[in-house]
Amino acid sequence: MPSYVIPDKCDGCKALDKTACQHICPNDLMVLNKEIEKAYNRDVAMCWECYNCVKICPVQAIEMRGYADFVPLGATVTPMRGSDAIMWTVKFRNGTLKRFKFPIRTTPEGAAVPDGGWETGTENLGDPTLFSEPGSLGLDAVQTLK
Amino acid sequence: MANFETITVKTDLLIVGGGMAACGAAVEAAYWAKKNNLKVTLVDKAAMDRSGAVAMGLSAINQYVGLKDGDNTLTDYVQYVRNDLMGVTREDVVANIARHVDGSVHLFEKWGLPIWIDADGKYVHEGRWQLMINGESYKVIVAEAAKNAMGIDNIYERVFITAPLMDGDRVAGAVGFSVREEKFYVFLAKAVMVAMGGAVHVFKPRSAGEGLGRAWYPPWNSGSSAYFTLKAGAEMTCQEVRFIPVRFKDAYGPVGAWFLLFKSRATNGIGENYMQTRADELQKWVPYGKVKPVPANLRNWLMMLDVMEGKGPIFMRTEEAIGNLAEQYKDDPKAYKKKMKELESEAWEDFLDMTISQALLWAATNVAPEEKSSEIAAAEPYFIGSHSGASGAWVSGPEDLQNDKTKADYFWGYPNMTTVNGLFAAGDASGASSHKFSSGSHAEGRIGAKAAIKFILDNNTEPNVDQAVIDGIKKEILAPLDRFAEFSKNSTDPDINPEYIRPKMFMFRLQKIMDEYAGGVTAQFMTSKAMLEKGMSLLDFLKEDSEKLAAEDLHELMRAWENVHRMWQAEAHVRTILFREETRWPGYYYRSDFPSMKNDWKVFANCKWNVATGDWEMIKRPIHQIFA
Ligand SMILES: Cc1cc2nc3c(=O)[nH]c(=O)nc-3n(C[C@H](O)[C@H](O)[C@H](O)COP(=O)(O)OP(=O)(O)OC[C@H]3O[C@@H](n4cnc5c(N)ncnc54)[C@H](O)[C@@H]3O)c2cc1C
Ligand code: SF4
Ligand code: SF4
Repeated sequence: MPSYVIPDKCDGCKALDKTACQHICPNDLMVLNKEIEKAYNRDVAMCWECYNCVKICPVQAIEMRGYADFVPLGATVTPMRGSDAIMWTVKFRNGTLKRFKFPIRTTPEGAAVPDGGWETGTENLGDPTLFSEPGSLGLDAVQTLK
Repeated sequence: MANFETITVKTDLLIVGGGMAACGAAVEAAYWAKKNNLKVTLVDKAAMDRSGAVAMGLSAINQYVGLKDGDNTLTDYVQYVRNDLMGVTREDVVANIARHVDGSVHLFEKWGLPIWIDADGKYVHEGRWQLMINGESYKVIVAEAAKNAMGIDNIYERVFITAPLMDGDRVAGAVGFSVREEKFYVFLAKAVMVAMGGAVHVFKPRSAGEGLGRAWYPPWNSGSSAYFTLKAGAEMTCQEVRFIPVRFKDAYGPVGAWFLLFKSRATNGIGENYMQTRADELQKWVPYGKVKPVPANLRNWLMMLDVMEGKGPIFMRTEEAIGNLAEQYKDDPKAYKKKMKELESEAWEDFLDMTISQALLWAATNVAPEEKSSEIAAAEPYFIGSHSGASGAWVSGPEDLQNDKTKADYFWGYPNMTTVNGLFAAGDASGASSHKFSSGSHAEGRIGAKAAIKFILDNNTEPNVDQAVIDGIKKEILAPLDRFAEFSKNSTDPDINPEYIRPKMFMFRLQKIMDEYAGGVTAQFMTSKAMLEKGMSLLDFLKEDSEKLAAEDLHELMRAWENVHRMWQAEAHVRTILFREETRWPGYYYRSDFPSMKNDWKVFANCKWNVATGDWEMIKRPIHQIFA
């Protein structure tokens, strides 16, 4: 279901040099129409419906309309992504509503420490022990053929 | 000629790609590079936060061995992979990933990935090797650690890597272009780690309208790893071992949680369970037909036999599975209600975390899984060596996991180095080591990155590439823009022009050839020597016409090169299925002229494109058993 932009809501990311949806789309699909300062999906048949543009838009201007070649009309799936959880609202074609909330991370954004606090067990580049090992394995040493 | 500024970046280790394997390579390389005063640079065609196959998130980590708790051994994992791939696997490479993968998973947890924990504080398993996660932000978290390790100044996003640069028989870097501004990039490096994922849209997808992009595999991974390694002259392996997943039909929602966690059955249109009614067929494929779990391709095959006999549609019996799970609570209405709620939430989260379209399709067709079944089907073929396919580059294993017999064949100095000096590969880019998935790809990136740093220190000389060569490649890469500028006004419709072909139609032509002649969906995954030879002759015309691709803008220039990359993946595939004169993975493809498995084909079928002559070479390599 390709993404589409609601013109009344999109503010072109206030004319910043990089719009949020353009920044995030893994397939380089979201572009800004400079004349009207609104974004659009330039090639809906190459959209994976990954929802990354929907999740990142600061003003909720992007929604999905299921792929017209196999999805009946009338349903919506809408995310609201916060800093540690995401809420989903699923509306069925027949009107049924379901809501779900799932955690997305356990640490503050930006806080990932590469070695996870584990020290390097060797300085030898030829040794199979990687930089956070053996600590990150929870073992005394990397296993090898006995 | 298009007037692009050339930006030259000199580095020591260049990582191309920004997915799971590249993020693993980044954290590992950053550590060893800092210790040794080396520079590491990473290039991704997209934004690392949401690039690659994990862009949408995942609901499971599919490889966790559980070594620290003694849950499984390395031998257990090797046996599982060996059997699932019908005996064709590099045990040294699989074991190398398996002995490190738990460490990557423990890092993910520290970085902030929510992994489900049970009442005893242990990870909740979906199956023997799979862990349940709340994985909406899986890629964001893994990329964050990579960026924190590398520093953002060393990361180039939105640069499409087009081709390798060579210095004799050693890799010397890569070239590419920005899809945002008119800039041509030359990265000069002493070693290169290739991690640009697998390929989709080589075969025609089931949906051809808006749903074209909703293949199971993400449309942005287009065979760049295969192209890069082939063009550098690296030997490739298992190019015939494509992957065909069975998934919920049309939106491609995952079935793993249904089969493994909810213990669901799949039945045909008249209610038969093909795993039972067709059990005899498995005898044809022994010893692998006898193992548990039944190899993925054989499970596919039994289902395909039903479909070919007109016994479809095939249904995942979700209502029955949920009913069975809730059964034990039936005398306690409160507990029953609670359990049903929990199962419902788990079922929906499985889709919402990694295939949101499937949730939308369920909602649009008023499906409540506890009430009615949903259709499943075999998808079109994909190239994803990290999952249940095996295509990728032929890489060196580690020295300490070889025995006397294997060392000469499987070890050449640096783990995960291809047969080209200084060129490393991991994740979907390295072959014959399936079932590494997200976590194993990360671990493999780490293994290869540490080895690459060692290679650089052992061979610390500046890359040397002739300026004339770079100028020539630049001209070739930008040519589609020039072609469009020159000829588009020759007709009133820029799409229809006798001087050129635009990338989308080029892709459709490739897909039609592959679908019809190389065993795609409409050919019921069946092919033969005569079909493949016909397909190859049509691919030859396509190759000639690839020099007539035209692009209107930067975005379309990327599309043009993506499709050239796909075309090379296709050729390696066709040549290798043609070479292997047997059927070994019947649910992935079936050779009608060689319909059974043969002992003398228990070998790796490798191929290599000769950089000097442009000829293809087909090579058999021995399969050695290292583990019990
Ligand atoms: C639908 C689906 C579901 C899956 N489910 C699971 C699961 O539940 N659990 C699990 O563990 N695994 C799962 N996997 C497998 C997992 O996603 C892969 O094993 C893993 O992502 C492979 O890592 P990689 O680094 O090789 O490729 P990717 O992670 O796909 O990364 C490829 C990278 O290369 C970049 N790139 C591509 N071409 C170029 C180019 N020309 N120039 C520059 N950069 C480029 C991309 O932008 C991306 O950054 C799933 C895969 C798919 C497709
Ligand atoms: S992110 Fe939202 S507001 Fe910004 S350009 Fe895109 S659609 Fe418009
Ligand atoms: S849903 Fe994904 S692929 Fe489609 S436009 Fe949005 S970000 Fe791009």
